[in-house]
Amino acid sequence: MGFNRVSISTKIYQTLFRRTSMFTLTIVVGALFFERAFDESTEYIFNRINAGKQYKDLKKQLAQRAAKEE
Amino acid sequence: MATLVSRASKQALLRVHSSIIHQKANLSFKNLSKGKKWAVAAIGTLTAGGVGLAVALNTAVLASDLTLHPPKYPWDHAGMLSTLDRASVRRGYQVYKQVCAACHSLEFMYYRNLVGEIMEEDEAKAEAAEIMVVDGPNDQGLMFERPGKLSDKFPNPYPNDEAARAANNGALPPDLTFIVNARHGGENYLFSILTGYCDPPAGVEVREGLHYNPYFPGGSIAMAQALYNEIIEYDDGTPATTSQLAKDVCTFLRWVAEPEHDTRKRMGLKALMIFSVLLAATYYMKRAKWSSLKTRKIAFKPR
Ligand code: HEC
Repeated sequence: MGFNRVSISTKIYQTLFRRTSMFTLTIVVGALFFERAFDESTEYIFNRINAGKQYKDLKKQLAQRAAKEE
Repeated sequence: MATLVSRASKQALLRVHSSIIHQKANLSFKNLSKGKKWAVAAIGTLTAGGVGLAVALNTAVLASDLTLHPPKYPWDHAGMLSTLDRASVRRGYQVYKQVCAACHSLEFMYYRNLVGEIMEEDEAKAEAAEIMVVDGPNDQGLMFERPGKLSDKFPNPYPNDEAARAANNGALPPDLTFIVNARHGGENYLFSILTGYCDPPAGVEVREGLHYNPYFPGGSIAMAQALYNEIIEYDDGTPATTSQLAKDVCTFLRWVAEPEHDTRKRMGLKALMIFSVLLAATYYMKRAKWSSLKTRKIAFKPR
């Protein structure tokens, strides 16, 4: 391995995981992004499976019906 | 399949040469002689058959057991990840309020439970205001009546159980809050009870004041058929056939018994996804930790 040709994984290890301070920071920031992405994707899947059945869909129907009556 | 997965993971994750370990316990079925194997198999078969026969002979067939078992219906919320159909729950509330509430209470339901679940807050307030609630005492020490609020319970049709029995030929209409969980078959049973009324078959006597229903244990139920085509009109214009009414009221009662239903399934999806990742990680870690042990050769060399 050349002196200034470090592989990507080595670079990642040295910047993110080597020192405890950076390791902790990586975990905290990583958790933040992971949770957001995970929640968004599971919500998306769940709403796809249950399209048109949940209260938010019923709420739209109710509003439409109320608008028609006026 | 299992071998494929394990072979793939062996190659992809960690190589473990299990051929090094030779220790083995010689306690298996494989090491018995042929005759002994036959003997063991014969004893096993005879024991299982004997137990089965004894159970079968002990099970009496009673006439009162001839109750129809409800079929399984394809509920909207039957799937592992399927929520309740809120439009149906809302229609079911209409059915409960206009039909069942004449006899059955929903003891643990409050008007505030409706908000954000099947109606908006103003509508729930209007619903609550339709009933009169005894409140007080006021500054003269007198009880008074006022229109209901969101914090009020659903009204009980009878002041107490004795009044309920007296009004129903001695039979108590059970509280419906948890009824779908309290009966085997849940909403399938309820649906069958509500739509299953028919003439009794020849030779079956039904007492005065009872009604024949093949799904009810014993066959005679004190509740008369409650649902008929078009007995109520749905506010969303759905044709109110008997089966539609029954389906909606069952969905409503499922929601009443289990208001956390949708959240539970949403969390279930998340838990399954997280835990499958964690399971893979745990498996990898186990192999990593054990690899040094499994590939080690321990020799005992007495001198
Ligand atoms: C006229 C009064 C009356 C009405 C209206 C009524 N019920 Fe009933 N219900 C009863 C009585 C009385 C019983 C007790 C029957 C028994 O124990 O034989 C009962 C029993 C039940 C049971 C319990 C059955 C069991 O397995 O023990 C359920 C469930 C039920 N009713 C649901 C409903 C639903 C849903 C509605 C509305 C569509 C409704 N009832 C309307 C009087 C009524």
